[in-house]
Amino acid sequence: MGMKRGWRQAGTWLGAAIVGVAAFCAIFAPLLVPHDPFAQDIPNRLLVPFWMDGSNPDHLLGTDPLGRDYLSRLILGCRISMLIGVTVSLVSGLIGITLGVLGGFMGGRVDDAVLFAITTRLSIPVVLVALAVVGLLGSSMLLLLLTLGLLLWDRFAVVARSTTMQVRRLDFVDAAWCAGCSRFRILTREILPNIASHLVVVATLEIALAILLEATLSFLGLGVPPPLPSWGLMIAEAKDYMFFSPWVIVIPGVALFVLVLGINLLGDGLRDLFGTRMRSDA
Amino acid sequence: MLRFLVRRLIVALLVALTVMVLAFVLTRLSGDLAISIAGPSATQADVDAVRKAYGLDRPLVVQFFDWMGQAMTGHLGESFFFKQPVAALIGERMSVTLTLGLTGLVIALLLSIPLGIVAAVNENTALDRVVQLIALLGQAMPSFWLALLLMITFGLQLGWLPISGTDSWESYIMPGVVLAFSAVPALTRLTRAGMIQAMAADYIRTARAKGLSRASILLKHALRNAAIPVVAVAAVQLGFMLGGSIVIEQVFALHGVGFLAWESIQKNDFPVVQSVVLVLAVIYVALTMLADTLNAVLDPRLRGA
Repeated sequence: MGMKRGWRQAGTWLGAAIVGVAAFCAIFAPLLVPHDPFAQDIPNRLLVPFWMDGSNPDHLLGTDPLGRDYLSRLILGCRISMLIGVTVSLVSGLIGITLGVLGGFMGGRVDDAVLFAITTRLSIPVVLVALAVVGLLGSSMLLLLLTLGLLLWDRFAVVARSTTMQVRRLDFVDAAWCAGCSRFRILTREILPNIASHLVVVATLEIALAILLEATLSFLGLGVPPPLPSWGLMIAEAKDYMFFSPWVIVIPGVALFVLVLGINLLGDGLRDLFGTRMRSDA
Repeated sequence: MLRFLVRRLIVALLVALTVMVLAFVLTRLSGDLAISIAGPSATQADVDAVRKAYGLDRPLVVQFFDWMGQAMTGHLGESFFFKQPVAALIGERMSVTLTLGLTGLVIALLLSIPLGIVAAVNENTALDRVVQLIALLGQAMPSFWLALLLMITFGLQLGWLPISGTDSWESYIMPGVVLAFSAVPALTRLTRAGMIQAMAADYIRTARAKGLSRASILLKHALRNAAIPVVAVAAVQLGFMLGGSIVIEQVFALHGVGFLAWESIQKNDFPVVQSVVLVLAVIYVALTMLADTLNAVLDPRLRGA
């Protein structure tokens, strides 16, 4: 048991540290970047990172195929990933939690409708639809945020619905009814605070999912519009050079992998902390 | 049982109908399609001609019901770019996507069932932790990035596998592995949880008391019970994989349905886009229905749900 706790806690702290660093980079990106992330310098293109021979100490992680400083683009890319992850999960959280709580609280026909909405949403291929929307309407940050927000609310709805169902039968909710509280007050003051911890866990997982999806869409050229440095877009722009200089795709890929891993570790840790048991495969 | 099936079938049809409406609306979001089809140098007369030729001058409701009526009989309209029936285009390329999806599923099951069993048998030991770590790493791996890394390693540096195309069965190995990666974490956790639950059951204690071998207990008694939810989730995962294969088909230049959808998005070929969305959704719905039915057959307690 002791060993298990130790492992788990180490993971949680590692996750928290990764997310902390990423949040710091995201907030202070303009102050941290050593160079202008958009400034092209063709004579100095594809400079190698610091661990390889012939690296330039002025560009720690080298430069991209257009001679832009890789470290600066990576830092600004972190801001874009975090911005998208947090905003998308706010939008999808608003939709999913509203639907889930309504279904779980009202039951009957309302719940049937909510379940139907969840089933329909799950049957829609997310990547394809997101690509189609961005492809047909043209890529912009706002459109990307709204599209992903409108597509990723299913897990919020599923968890909000099932936890609301459990909470609404508890004694303190009955007590609130007896005290003459309005339906709205019971929902906001009694139910929501008691399911909030579950929703925080879902939110962390959704942030990770949104970041991965954004990177995928940007990689396919239908996500964040260039010249913004999304990590997915950085990989796409460097793809033609990967066979000769693999580091050009390794650097942004590792950043993406580590950030998503950190968020998931933190989410798992929070789940243990709150003592909630949820199926991660749903 | 019959009532259960009928209920599920009605819900499935309603879901398919809703997805149809959504897919139709989605492809009309970009405004006047006739202008984008006619191209930038078209005159007003050209645009009008295109509008008339493709039936875009009719009210949207009429266009929708026309598409729906055709879809009922298996016709999904005609592609603007390929000048071919959409159903034929999708049919031609479905074999590549299905081969890829099934390869991915088989690889995922071959990895996650043994991993899940090993983790469950060694619950709370270092080995269990390693398996859970693998699942965690798999969850964080961006599939397109993994695909590129595999191409560099096994395609270029080792030269073992082809990096694109569908010339031989070997072409499906790398894409299959990448696709499997997305399903391995969930399937491994499910196998582990199911095995732990099964191993704690009374019938396992009975089997132990009878002196059965360890392998027989694990595989014949425990796994058989733990496998039910795994099979059900595997069917659902196959649905997700077919939808997610668009990325992998693009990276490995596999000309399946995902690649077709990708091309059609670039070309504003909306009859193809809306139909691929519909077909993938219908396959997903059918697979979930299959999984639910399978569960209900194996576990009668679920039939009331």
